[in-house]
Amino acid sequence: MYTQGLDAAGADARADSAASDDEAALLQRFQRRVDAEEKIEPKDWMPERYRSTLIRQISQHAHSEIVGMLPEGNWITRAPTLQRKAILIAKVQDEGGHGAYLYSAAETLGVSRDQLIDQLLSGKAKYSSIFNYPTPTWADVGAIGWLVDGAAIMNQIPLCRCSYGPYARAMVRVCREESFHQRQGYDIMLRLSQGSAAQRRMAQEALNRWWWPALMMFGPPDADSTHSSDSQRWKIKRFSNDELRQKFVDFTVPQAQFLGLTVPDPELRWNEAAERHDIGAIDWREFEQVLKGNGPCNAERLAARRSAHEQGAWVREAASAYAEKRRARGASRAA
Amino acid sequence: MQTERDWPLFEIFVRARAGLDHKHVGSLHAADAAMALEHARDLYTRREEGVSLWVVRSSDITASDPADSESLFEPARDKIYRHPTFYAIPDEVKTL
Amino acid sequence: MSAAPAPPGEPALLRYLLRLGDSSLVLGQRLGEWVGHAPAVEEDLGLANIALDKIGQARLLLAYAGEVEGRGRGEDEIAFLREHGEYLNPVLVEQPNGDFGQTIVRQVLIDAYQLELYERLASSTDARLAAIAAKTVKETRYHLRYSGGWLVRLGDGTAESHARVQDALERLWPYTVELFAEDEVDRAMTDGGIAPPLAAIQAAWSVRIDGILDEATLVRPRDRPYAWFGKRGEHSEHLGYLLAEMQYLQRTYPGARW
Repeated sequence: MYTQGLDAAGADARADSAASDDEAALLQRFQRRVDAEEKIEPKDWMPERYRSTLIRQISQHAHSEIVGMLPEGNWITRAPTLQRKAILIAKVQDEGGHGAYLYSAAETLGVSRDQLIDQLLSGKAKYSSIFNYPTPTWADVGAIGWLVDGAAIMNQIPLCRCSYGPYARAMVRVCREESFHQRQGYDIMLRLSQGSAAQRRMAQEALNRWWWPALMMFGPPDADSTHSSDSQRWKIKRFSNDELRQKFVDFTVPQAQFLGLTVPDPELRWNEAAERHDIGAIDWREFEQVLKGNGPCNAERLAARRSAHEQGAWVREAASAYAEKRRARGASRAA
Repeated sequence: MQTERDWPLFEIFVRARAGLDHKHVGSLHAADAAMALEHARDLYTRREEGVSLWVVRSSDITASDPADSESLFEPARDKIYRHPTFYAIPDEVKTL
Repeated sequence: MSAAPAPPGEPALLRYLLRLGDSSLVLGQRLGEWVGHAPAVEEDLGLANIALDKIGQARLLLAYAGEVEGRGRGEDEIAFLREHGEYLNPVLVEQPNGDFGQTIVRQVLIDAYQLELYERLASSTDARLAAIAAKTVKETRYHLRYSGGWLVRLGDGTAESHARVQDALERLWPYTVELFAEDEVDRAMTDGGIAPPLAAIQAAWSVRIDGILDEATLVRPRDRPYAWFGKRGEHSEHLGYLLAEMQYLQRTYPGARW
């Protein structure tokens, strides 16, 4: 269950059993359950590192969805047709929904949404580096759907089997809803690639902008990844960064060819022996810089979230005050 | 006036169609139950997932403790005579 | 007031459909600006849902307007390629979002109007319009539930929220005048049994609004004369910016398909 309230009720019991039982035995039993593909639920005993890893991962994921509303959202008012406008609103709305599902999942681990949002707004929490890139043209909306959502789906499908129940269930819902996101993005690119010279150029430039950042979304190479091994042992993560990245490249390159677009990697070639595409070196310094806050839109994205939060404060307060008044009136009537 | 910082959490249950039970789908934040219903509609039924909604303040739910699950649920395990498959009925006997 | 006369030969039905369609279009465009910037993520979803309904209504109404016009223009050509004075929405819906309170006040005023209007249009003698209205009325009932619920919370919430929405109400109230100001187009529609008389809508709207304002502990502003009518193509300055943004791609790449 997605509740914080429940978790508080279980906190004492957890402390007691940890004191009476041997920590090592608990850990062993926990790992046996994970190995047997049993789901871990909010009130179950879990290693603190499992809990903190999940909170970090789920909240980053939630923040990414929420910040991810911005780069595409700014095209809602400029979408070129009424149908495209409706599709884009529905898509950006879904992202907000996914953020909400994921915050709920994180809250089952004993952290409040307020805390998580504070972490985002203070710059302490990370979100996917990809959303710090700008969307100067309509083609960027297409490229985001096709490449960014494509990469996200690649990452997310295995998460539907994650060992933590609430996260896995949220991801099932997210994946079911996201299946249209990638298609609508490709559909935009397809239309542009069949359009005028200006539209084709717009599509190519968007691919140039998003290709490398999309590859970076899978995270650092396996050799440098600091979180992978625990996450894999606990079945939070089932494939490595490099495995997923490779799969994405192999899926996407033929899609780009179909559009008549050129993947901006002169070293890209099909490796017959390995039956996969080899790619050029990823500029991990850029990735580090964007993560550190030095991407093209980091400041704008955070400022937009802060502004929405601060300017909404009086609204949230008013609604709480009204609910409180209603409760008080109900109580006085009952008395 | 003392107000909560964030709106309280509600658990959401959706009846997918007439004839089915309401099923837990997740949670959300709302200032009051009426708002929780509206949010549930917008958050959990954007694709016609339901025909009816229940919202319950999360703090109003009392849950069993996993630490008790052995004593709560395992005693049922050996009472196999509760299940029809326990009884061997001769093939000749019909509609039983 | 100089009433811009309908271009000769332009049927009243076309102008009427443009009034309805543009109201939904412009309001949908405004609500779309909120997505990603609302006071809580749940409200992002709520406002987006209303925006989606509005864009959906605009598509149905403007496509129908295109057919009535008979010049082969589809929903997008009508939505994106007209000039400022050819948009016939009331000035109320083009008003900027302001803070969440102002958006909610605007929404309540127009939702209550559209609910009364579309309930009656559902029995229009124009079968196509009646069908669109039957769908729209269900959506609008929910919109008013959302906006009315919020207005009550904000009006009866904190001192700050009360002051903000009372202020927004004073500001937007004059724009409701044109909703009920009957002109030759309205009369032609009423005479043909296509649309209800505006007086009937005004009475029902007034009762509905008073009920909500009362629950929200807000004071109904005094009526003031207001003479600029968007439904005749006389708009505030705000519409120009809204159109510049909305029309940008269609204007920059004439004839392109998207």
